[in-house]
Amino acid sequence: MSLKPFEEVVAEHGPTVLRVCRAVLGPHDAEDAWSETFLAALRAYPDLDPRANTEAWLVTIAHRKALDQHRARARGPVPTDHITDTPAPDSDPHIHHDDLWDALKALPPKQRRVLAYHHVAGLPYAQIARILGGTEQAARRAAADGIKTLRTTHGKGTPR
Amino acid sequence: MNHDPVLATLTAPPPAEEATHRRLHDRLTTAAHAQGLLDVAYRTVDSPLGTLLLAATPQGLVRVAYAAEDHDAVLRQLAVRISPRVLRAPDRLDTAARQIDEYFRKRRTAFDLELDLRLSHGFRRRVLAGLPSIGYGATASYTAVATAAGSPKAVRAAGTACATNPLPIVLPCHRVVRSSGAIGHYIGGARAKQRLLDLESTA
Repeated sequence: MSLKPFEEVVAEHGPTVLRVCRAVLGPHDAEDAWSETFLAALRAYPDLDPRANTEAWLVTIAHRKALDQHRARARGPVPTDHITDTPAPDSDPHIHHDDLWDALKALPPKQRRVLAYHHVAGLPYAQIARILGGTEQAARRAAADGIKTLRTTHGKGTPR
Repeated sequence: MNHDPVLATLTAPPPAEEATHRRLHDRLTTAAHAQGLLDVAYRTVDSPLGTLLLAATPQGLVRVAYAAEDHDAVLRQLAVRISPRVLRAPDRLDTAARQIDEYFRKRRTAFDLELDLRLSHGFRRRVLAGLPSIGYGATASYTAVATAAGSPKAVRAAGTACATNPLPIVLPCHRVVRSSGAIGHYIGGARAKQRLLDLESTA
């Protein structure tokens, strides 16, 4: 078995990783996190075991990048009037019309990550426990708590 | 559970946001190039002989492939033989694409491109390196090509070198024909070979 062209990895997993980044960081920082994730993945790619779960590998890298961003943000000054010069990432109608992603941002970080890694990326709880540290049960519980909160802050009374 | 709007939104497949992904992809290839991580860049180009795949390493153009070779399969071979750091990066192949277009428009008779011949070795590589000396519109026999590469008796090996040319059109193996006058095999098919010879022979 051999590694396929990285272009195929981007095509297969790029959209899901972007959604994970949005769920964890919100739309403004998601694209930076996506870019840093795939650049780091490209750097490490030749050494990846071809049998590895590529999506779990990418989510692990995205996870570390998101932690880096949080740390950098904690250190540096927070811009108040942040103006982006790229076409606004949050102009995407999918995000704009769906306040679920805002509701996600209000959750504790661990719950938010577990929900993103399990429900958005589709990783099993055992895998998520390895990425986040802690036990599978704890990851499962954090997800259940997160969903419960989202149902009250967001899901209630908005059936579709 | 299935009708839970929260779970439904979280688990919905990612929406197709082509503009966003194109922008992120461009950003990735630009950064990859700047950091020396773009080991194989590729693009496709339309030609009268169908869509051609062009691939380059930082050293130069490394592969030209006809559609019949299956471009996905060619990219996978490049991932194995050169590096899995393969990305679509059209900008890196603008010059090659332009020269191939000029060749098919009869505005160009020779290519001026950096080439990376790493996909062929030894005698085959010597054969390929000698091909540009067969002038535009001219032909040579397999025997002549073998002789030029230093082994007059290696006529079959010269044929194999041409049949496995990783850079058809740019390294003009189509100008090598059988002494009998038959045009012989070609990686893009005999019809493609004939069309290239016709293109070069019409004034």
